[in-house]
Amino acid sequence: MAVELLSYIERKSPVHELSGAAKLIIFIMWSTAAMLTYDTRILLFLFVISIAIFILSKINIREIGFVLAFILAFLLLNNVAIYIFSPQEGVKIYGTSHVLLDIAGRYNVTLEQLFYQFNITLKYFVVIPAALLFIVTTHPSEFAASLNKIGVNYKIAYSVSLALRYIPDIQRDFRTIAQSQQARGIDMSNKEKLLKRIKNATSIILPLILSSLDRIEVISNTMELRGFGKNKKRSWYGAKPFKRIDYISIVIGILILIASLIITFHDGSRFYNPFI
Amino acid sequence: MGKNSLSIKTIVAIGIGAAVFVILARFVAIPTGIPNTTIQTAYAFLALMAIVFGPIAGGLIGFIGHALTDAVSYGSVWWSWVFVSLFIGLFIGLFAKKINIENGVFGAKQIITFNIVQVVVQAIGWGLLAPLLDVLIYAEPANKVFVQGLVAGLSNIITVGIIGTILLTAYAKTRSQSDSLSKE
Repeated sequence: MAVELLSYIERKSPVHELSGAAKLIIFIMWSTAAMLTYDTRILLFLFVISIAIFILSKINIREIGFVLAFILAFLLLNNVAIYIFSPQEGVKIYGTSHVLLDIAGRYNVTLEQLFYQFNITLKYFVVIPAALLFIVTTHPSEFAASLNKIGVNYKIAYSVSLALRYIPDIQRDFRTIAQSQQARGIDMSNKEKLLKRIKNATSIILPLILSSLDRIEVISNTMELRGFGKNKKRSWYGAKPFKRIDYISIVIGILILIASLIITFHDGSRFYNPFI
Repeated sequence: MGKNSLSIKTIVAIGIGAAVFVILARFVAIPTGIPNTTIQTAYAFLALMAIVFGPIAGGLIGFIGHALTDAVSYGSVWWSWVFVSLFIGLFIGLFAKKINIENGVFGAKQIITFNIVQVVVQAIGWGLLAPLLDVLIYAEPANKVFVQGLVAGLSNIITVGIIGTILLTAYAKTRSQSDSLSKE
């Protein structure tokens, strides 16, 4: 089972230097902008910037290649599904129909549909580099600290930090349990029938859950003994103080968000329509 | 329970629960044969945690767990469905309060209550909430997302029905029954 998970990649770059809270704020604004707009011009603009930031971060595209392959496959499937379910969605949105090719019934290829699906795909290409960068350039413990900094209750932020801290441990537990159950002849592969497979999965999940419940007991006792949650605030080992560059990048982020919202909504529609 | 009165145990349960959710969602998803639809054992686990640790833990495990799963495996978070996970954890925890699993009794009556709750909550979540948010946020074609929601909802209802019930029964057996002592 060689499925990799995305994690922090240590590097020296301007993007790594930014404080986690600043990156989080920018990332939230960035995804809001990309989520709300369907304006192709803005999407293209955001896309170019995110590529530029990506290059700035010195992250090698190979290091995240496995995730990218996954996303591309998902996008392709999603596009096919959209076309199968709604080949006329583009025509509905843009109000015109330039037919390029007739296939059968309502399944024709129109410029509008192609443009609409291009926009949907572009939306993902805008968010994905930003999200990937955020994950690989922010240290997990700094991430929890930045959640707290932007106003999330520190107890919740601590839960997130615990989750990130224990994912590798639980993954290791899971592997041990899965292998020992397989050694006892419990088959999880597709050779087994579906119902049997579900039952076999339970025999792996149950020990994992019970051992995790024990873990919860131990950790909460430890935290209790150390007086966690006694004070209203807490300091974070991983927190980075804001520097000038952090403020500058946040301001730029706000400007981009406002500009993209104004341009998107000034004519009353989320969509940029080149057909009229 | 307000945000500030979260007990330490709940906080840790949210953290560890979210981590287990990530591992289950990533590694123990059984493909059904229908493309893009897997049996997500993570939701059976979510139901268990929601019942054992309450609605706030359930909701936050769903939210943090699903968001982290998306982040570490796709690199981007599909917010509309993440909110559905929050909704499911929260409401299974809320309505299944009656099932007092800690006193070790999980018989026919509790199994029925649990399954009614999970079917209703998941039907609303996947069948209604997820597609509506998809249309609102991502402007995807309505019929596509409704079919996706329905398929996901159905498979998750069945998963939670089978695996969730097995898990809860097994968990109840590890608790000592409240009436296991008798006065002589």
